[in-house]
Amino acid sequence: MAPFPLPIDSLLGHWPSYVVYIAIGFGFGYVLEIAGFGKSTKLAAQFYLKEMTVLKVMFTAIVVAAVLIFLASAMGLLDYNLVWVNPTYLWPGIVGGLVMGVGFILGGFCPGTSIVAASTLKIDGIVFLLGAFFGIFAFGETVGLFEDFWYSSYMGRFTLQQLFNVDAGVIVLAVVLMALAAFVFAEYSERTFGKGLVKKAPRWSLGAAGGLIVLAGVTLFIGQPTNADRQEALAIDQETALTERSVQIHPAELLAYLNNRQIIPYVIDVRSESDFNAFHLPGAHRVPLDGILPLAQDLQLQPRNTLFVVLSNEEAAATDAWRMLNAEGIANVYILEGGINKWLDTFSDEAFQAAYKVESAGVDQLAYALPGALGSRYDAADPNPAAFTIEYTPKVKLSVGRGATGGGCG
Amino acid sequence: MTAISQDMPRMRAETRVRRAEKPYVHPYAAGIALGIVLFLAFFITGNGLGASGGMNRLLVFAEDIIAPGHIDRVPYLLDMAGGDRNPLDSWVVFISVGTILGGAISGWQHGRLRFELNKGPRISNGTRLLMAFIGGALMGYGARLARGCTSGQALSGGATLSVGSWVFMFAVFAGGYMVAYFVRRLWN
Repeated sequence: MAPFPLPIDSLLGHWPSYVVYIAIGFGFGYVLEIAGFGKSTKLAAQFYLKEMTVLKVMFTAIVVAAVLIFLASAMGLLDYNLVWVNPTYLWPGIVGGLVMGVGFILGGFCPGTSIVAASTLKIDGIVFLLGAFFGIFAFGETVGLFEDFWYSSYMGRFTLQQLFNVDAGVIVLAVVLMALAAFVFAEYSERTFGKGLVKKAPRWSLGAAGGLIVLAGVTLFIGQPTNADRQEALAIDQETALTERSVQIHPAELLAYLNNRQIIPYVIDVRSESDFNAFHLPGAHRVPLDGILPLAQDLQLQPRNTLFVVLSNEEAAATDAWRMLNAEGIANVYILEGGINKWLDTFSDEAFQAAYKVESAGVDQLAYALPGALGSRYDAADPNPAAFTIEYTPKVKLSVGRGATGGGCG
Repeated sequence: MTAISQDMPRMRAETRVRRAEKPYVHPYAAGIALGIVLFLAFFITGNGLGASGGMNRLLVFAEDIIAPGHIDRVPYLLDMAGGDRNPLDSWVVFISVGTILGGAISGWQHGRLRFELNKGPRISNGTRLLMAFIGGALMGYGARLARGCTSGQALSGGATLSVGSWVFMFAVFAGGYMVAYFVRRLWN
């Protein structure tokens, strides 16, 4: 499994791990300062096409980081699934962006650059920062008035490679070429509108551009790891866990977690629609096997105290789903031991079993012939935990996982 | 490394004991350095960069001291500071702490750490400061609306190829260019 990102929270401890972020922030502030981003006139010049420093620095940074991220992912060093990708809320993002663009040209900074300006004692930066605090305060007070809009057009973790349905390497290469074209335009624009105030691009920048194209090409050539690649890399660990039965939880353990207020259970039912309609657990999400991988992206965004339990009639399909989710790096995924059949054996009463229990028709088939589609309206779907005393070996070990903890700017 | 130094010797009135102001780094060099910082952030921690998020939490921290009851009535604020939650207990706050330190140290090293006011040649200091405040307020409001600022959305989401972040980035530039012509007196 890809060794990065590091689980710095468990490596260093919760509060000490923030030292890493201070170091990263230090690099961020230092680079913004040496780029001249502490100076409002330099930033605003971008919008009069005289000096394209903002565009050059931003796009160079984005493509350099993108190339390195996806190259590291292709090489199996970095698990992209554990990297925070800003979830898309399309319209709030567009409206917020437009408002910020206006704020940028009036105020001469964005929040990050105003921090640097203020820290180097630029008075306009300090006043801008105060204004930004006021704006943030005003947002907190008014968001309640348009909360529906703020949560609208949510598309989850939605990436350009998904939008265009290509390998990420294709997008990385395209973005690099787009950025280089933008730089050619920027150089032209500075010569035309900047009246020769800005020196032309140094010679090494051509070499750097070539290097970026080569690295993007290598990224595309290797390709991003598929779920099958990830399963292969984890095969030994997965088989060990499955044969030691350390990830199959007894129905009684699941019942205990369904009634535990500190844990958010997320039950994933991979059975057919008819089986699901015949009987399912309350709140279960029906996701057929071919829907598991698309779902994995959303599962990454669930809170850290979520317990994922996959189930089928017995265990075969649930185990396949578990392999996929585990390979995608989802933490805290378990299989319901014996599936729905064992759940019903455990929690339904004698009358129910006498009436409906049948011989299983084959591997992973429902061993109950239930009339109609009563779903979760049976007593056995939502048993009272106090009514059962069942001995079982607890298997669940909740881990905090690693990687992003949510929020680009959270 | 080449340098751009067009409008430098302007506010040089009080030249006392100060390091000589050094030129800025070339934009492409700065961009490569920023890209490496951004990559390392993702590579080591899984998180990107951010600025407005840290400011938001600092503000909520202050609000929680001044008016704790208020926090408990606004769901948006409750998320960060409800109950015994500490709004400062977040990575993005420490990114901002580092940003302040990095900016200040670089500014000091390069002779740019000093009180000054940068503005266009045709407006008064008062106008500049008023506009800085209004612009800051719009930036702060917009950044929360868009769930991230230039650092947290455009840079971080851009590098990880988030659709929403790329759309956001174009919206920021569009907003700026749409208005730039009408406020050209501010900067030119």
